[in-house]
Amino acid sequence: MTETLTLGKALNLGLRRALERDDKVLIMGEDVGKLGGVFRITDGLQKDFGEERVIDTPLAESGIIGTAVGLAIRGYRPVCEIQFDGFVYPAYNQIVSQVAKMHYRSQGKVRMPIVIRIPFGGGIGAVEHHSESPEAYFAHTAGLKVVTCANAGDAYWMIQQAIASDDPIIFLEPKRRYWEKGEVDTSAESYPLHATRVVRAGTDCTVVAYGPMVRTALDAASAVEDERSLEVIDLRSLSPLDLGPVYESVRRTGRLVVVHEAPSNLGIGAEVAARVTEHCFYSLEAPVLRVTGFDTPYPAARVEEDFLPDLDRVLDGVDRTFGW
Amino acid sequence: MAKGDVARARTTRGAKSAPAPEFVQLLTPEGERVDHPTYAVDFTDEEYRGLYRDLVVVRRLDAEATALQRQGELGLWASLLGQEAAQVGSGRALRVHDMVFPTYREHGVLYCRGIDPIMPLGLFRGVDQGGWDPNQFKFSMYTIVIGAQTLHATGYAMGVAKDGKVGSPDGEAVIAYFGDGATSQGDVNEAFVWSSVFNAPIVFFCQNNQYAISEPLERQTRVPLFQRAAGFGFPGVRVDGNDVLAVYAVTRDALDNARQGQGPTLIEAYTYRMGAHTTSDDPTRYRIASEVEAWQAKDPIKRVRAFLEKQKLADSAFFDAVDEEARAQAVHLRERVLAMPDPQPLSLFDHVYAEGSPLLDEQREQFGAYLASFEGSGH
Repeated sequence: MTETLTLGKALNLGLRRALERDDKVLIMGEDVGKLGGVFRITDGLQKDFGEERVIDTPLAESGIIGTAVGLAIRGYRPVCEIQFDGFVYPAYNQIVSQVAKMHYRSQGKVRMPIVIRIPFGGGIGAVEHHSESPEAYFAHTAGLKVVTCANAGDAYWMIQQAIASDDPIIFLEPKRRYWEKGEVDTSAESYPLHATRVVRAGTDCTVVAYGPMVRTALDAASAVEDERSLEVIDLRSLSPLDLGPVYESVRRTGRLVVVHEAPSNLGIGAEVAARVTEHCFYSLEAPVLRVTGFDTPYPAARVEEDFLPDLDRVLDGVDRTFGW
Repeated sequence: MAKGDVARARTTRGAKSAPAPEFVQLLTPEGERVDHPTYAVDFTDEEYRGLYRDLVVVRRLDAEATALQRQGELGLWASLLGQEAAQVGSGRALRVHDMVFPTYREHGVLYCRGIDPIMPLGLFRGVDQGGWDPNQFKFSMYTIVIGAQTLHATGYAMGVAKDGKVGSPDGEAVIAYFGDGATSQGDVNEAFVWSSVFNAPIVFFCQNNQYAISEPLERQTRVPLFQRAAGFGFPGVRVDGNDVLAVYAVTRDALDNARQGQGPTLIEAYTYRMGAHTTSDDPTRYRIASEVEAWQAKDPIKRVRAFLEKQKLADSAFFDAVDEEARAQAVHLRERVLAMPDPQPLSLFDHVYAEGSPLLDEQREQFGAYLASFEGSGH
């Protein structure tokens, strides 16, 4: 069955399915209960599943993740909501030193089936700490897996797959795309969680993006389709990366532009560029280029459109690979 | 006016730190049994002797581990010397289904759980990272980051409540260990908030051993630690941490309150770290010998022995037998530590993820091939 849903509603429905399927699944976070979350992603869930399973927590991020660790040891599967990207740092020790390392330290005896949902990225005109892209911190941490959805269909399935996983997963939600509608086939799980997907076939240049930038990359490809054929790939999983389809694409196109909102220095793009260089060295017609946010703090809202990669900057990157 | 306030505050602080602390005590340093209006123990003669045996064995095993570190067989050891009563008293108060969340110094509690004392030594020898199944032993893994485990304990306790295992005398309780230094950590304070508002079945057991490495208690607090509980909305009690009977009584009471659904308790076990923070520490740089000597007079083992002798519950043959048993356990421990195998190089890739990772598969394969390239080359 196919429904047209916003990305946010698809997440809500995916969470509902997970709560229905396994009574060990808990949702916990600030304002996730009565309010349904500040973005309404958990709307109606406490009403239907009760306060024991959809828990409004004290306002303390380290507490949310730290208690989730104990609940996981007890056999629960907590799904934690961090209200905004910039609020995750008080929980950083619990995520990086506790959640990520429990399975390793215990030699596989303790599983941490915890999902940490984080609305991330900018473009909504917010005040500071509400628009960041912290994915590289977590992708750099062994023991964590990091995924992000870019459309409603993936949102619906990926959140359920993440909750079913026995590994801890940082689940990044492109908050500015919460209201974008898409087709959701709720009848069939169609794609693995940790797999990239070619979302637009092309022949001249590969553009890799993830999360909120997939839409931007697709718009860029449409804008120049009469002149250039861009292949757009959605990474979906940032740790582990699934770069096989990227290598295959670059071997055909010879050109690669990686797009993300996060700053370029030591970001996901740097890792993609390094690995593509190792695997596709003789196929490359130009160096791998990155179109990213700048290496500044996330700026004030009235200037964020200059910070964020947009259609024109993506195409400028593409032009530069051809100018090489 | 502001100046006066500061002066008054200083005076108050100085005055408060001077007098001996009031705490629950059932056995004086001289081995005299004293009554307390709230707390009591009802041990058989054999149980009294058992507590003495625990204290002696735990101290002897600890000394053996310190010696193993000095001889290069352990990379590090965090000694419990001086804190035996706090650990044995609370450890023996636990029931089979109660769950423990330790720091990295709760070797005595671990022993009282009936766990082989070899279990944490892999961590200190450097052959593993202390990995065991918390649910199998009802004893979570050692936690090095100060205070982090108090939140794990709180979450676990919330799970106990969700499972319907509180509210009766057969309920389950959780105990979280931490030190005086940890009380300054955000995580510990968050654990207090959470356990309070969710009425979690948990006992917060603070071993106030007076020092956080080199920093004295005065750097962590201006009020007695147990009093902090009031601000979070649950009871706090200070107990003579060198009195195994009082620690047992206070902990059992708090655990029973938790399992019956009455929520958390903070216990401050007032004790002293007789040794170094760890084998890497040098306490002579920050504390004076006379202070250590004063605490030696309050030794947790001496007072139980004096009690047993005065009450004629044990004779010299018993004490000799306990010493011999402790020695034998220490020898057995030593032999097995020396026999611990080093891990194989490729094992470092094991168990990073429950469901694997293609990146690690690739790195394991490449590193395996690299290692294999030296085979037969004399490297």
